[in-house]
Amino acid sequence: MPPESLRCKECREPYPLDARYVCERCFGPLEVAYAPRDGAGPDTLRRRIQAGPQTLWRYSDFLPVTGAPRGGLPTGCTPLVRADRLAERLGLGELWVKNEAHNPTHSFKDRVVSVGLARAAELGFETLACASTGNLANAVAAHAAAAGLRSFVFIPADLEEQKILGTGIFGTTLVGVRGSYDDVNRLCTELSGERPWAFVNVNLRPYYAEGSKTLAYETVEDLGWRLPDRVVAPVASGSLFTKIARGFEEWIACGLVEGPVPVFNGAQAEGCAPVAQAFAAGRDVCRPVRPDTIAKSLAIGNPADGPYALDLARRTGGGIDAVSDDEIRAGVRLLAETTGIFTETAGGVTIATLAKLAARGEIDRDERVVAYVTGDGLKTIDIARGTFETHVIDASLDAFEATVPEAVAA
Amino acid sequence: MSVLVRIPTQLRAATDGAATADVDGATVGDALDALCARFGPLRERIIEDGSLRRFVNVYLDGEDVRFLDGLDTPVAGAGELTILPAVAGG
Repeated sequence: MPPESLRCKECREPYPLDARYVCERCFGPLEVAYAPRDGAGPDTLRRRIQAGPQTLWRYSDFLPVTGAPRGGLPTGCTPLVRADRLAERLGLGELWVKNEAHNPTHSFKDRVVSVGLARAAELGFETLACASTGNLANAVAAHAAAAGLRSFVFIPADLEEQKILGTGIFGTTLVGVRGSYDDVNRLCTELSGERPWAFVNVNLRPYYAEGSKTLAYETVEDLGWRLPDRVVAPVASGSLFTKIARGFEEWIACGLVEGPVPVFNGAQAEGCAPVAQAFAAGRDVCRPVRPDTIAKSLAIGNPADGPYALDLARRTGGGIDAVSDDEIRAGVRLLAETTGIFTETAGGVTIATLAKLAARGEIDRDERVVAYVTGDGLKTIDIARGTFETHVIDASLDAFEATVPEAVAA
Repeated sequence: MSVLVRIPTQLRAATDGAATADVDGATVGDALDALCARFGPLRERIIEDGSLRRFVNVYLDGEDVRFLDGLDTPVAGAGELTILPAVAGG
């Protein structure tokens, strides 16, 4: 399924497969269009996938690159974990958690950067860049280092320290912008017109975004070539959310898996919920908001794919919900206690939304549900502080039994 | 009232290559009207049914005009109006 052109999602105008992201006729977003399949049926495709590497390049038939690149940081093939104890707590039946903390820089952003970088290299770029809420910063800096490319990473200056430290260590040029992510994004949109750089989520965005489809492919493979009935995933720009759906739709269309597109439930933080607000109000466009939430990796007040995320939630019978900062903290804790997975605040948004849907009775017990946990708890570790007690004792049996209540009960 | 408009690369085919333009107008809407009057092909690219297309962002001195009064925002005292695609980021 070779990539054929870029095409406007709004007016369908085609463009060559170069570094561009906006339709010059109507300003709509461009996405990659693929040529019709060359007669390879589902059995052949399945064999090709299964013979591929244990990385996202096993799906290179469905990605916008000429061929799987050599080297680079191995990304993808993260665990899909059966979460029976979490399901039991929420009154659900079959629940799975896709744990993206297993990627090289501990979030799903390694997927989109792998694909964006591969295409940037094919197009001859020597410098990688991005506007980031943190996870993308880590990924661009690391993958550029692995590939020996220069990189410029732009972040809001007030990002979590873990995300700043985990970016600068790779030797990137790190720029902290005074302002919100939306200010960073505006600056990078302007810069991308002036510098010969591959901004993975600006001028390379049509290619980069395709990397998120691999989350759907892995889910289908790990479920034994079956689809979930329902997906719960975070919504920031809406790109991840909509590309997971595109992944399922492509595999349904080419016969690799059978069934309807899953119900899509999007998860936002109340402190930055432009898509959830538009969903609730019945609008098909989002009004921008000024973010104020502990889920900084989802703090995009002006989401580029907002209209498409709304459309997806509505046409699959799903929805977009928002949860409070306290619910996010509780979601992180709940996932940790029941699965042993420590996720960052964005994952807390997803689990809190799952819990909310379950409490509202929206999920049947016979549904197969997949929740996408997109990043690692060590990157937003501050929210764990003060949530438990450490028993500090002298190194003696008496001190242990006198000080630690659990010692007596156990 | 004159204001400097910054034009993104994607629209410069419609502005004979111009990256900036000085236009007159009391409001953001007036300024964009004046810009479209000068560069005819621009209008259909950024305006639809009398309002901004949904993937066009307009900033007055760095502030999204949707946080202000939209196209009715006065430009008095402002330095720059910037037109940018809305489909970046994330």
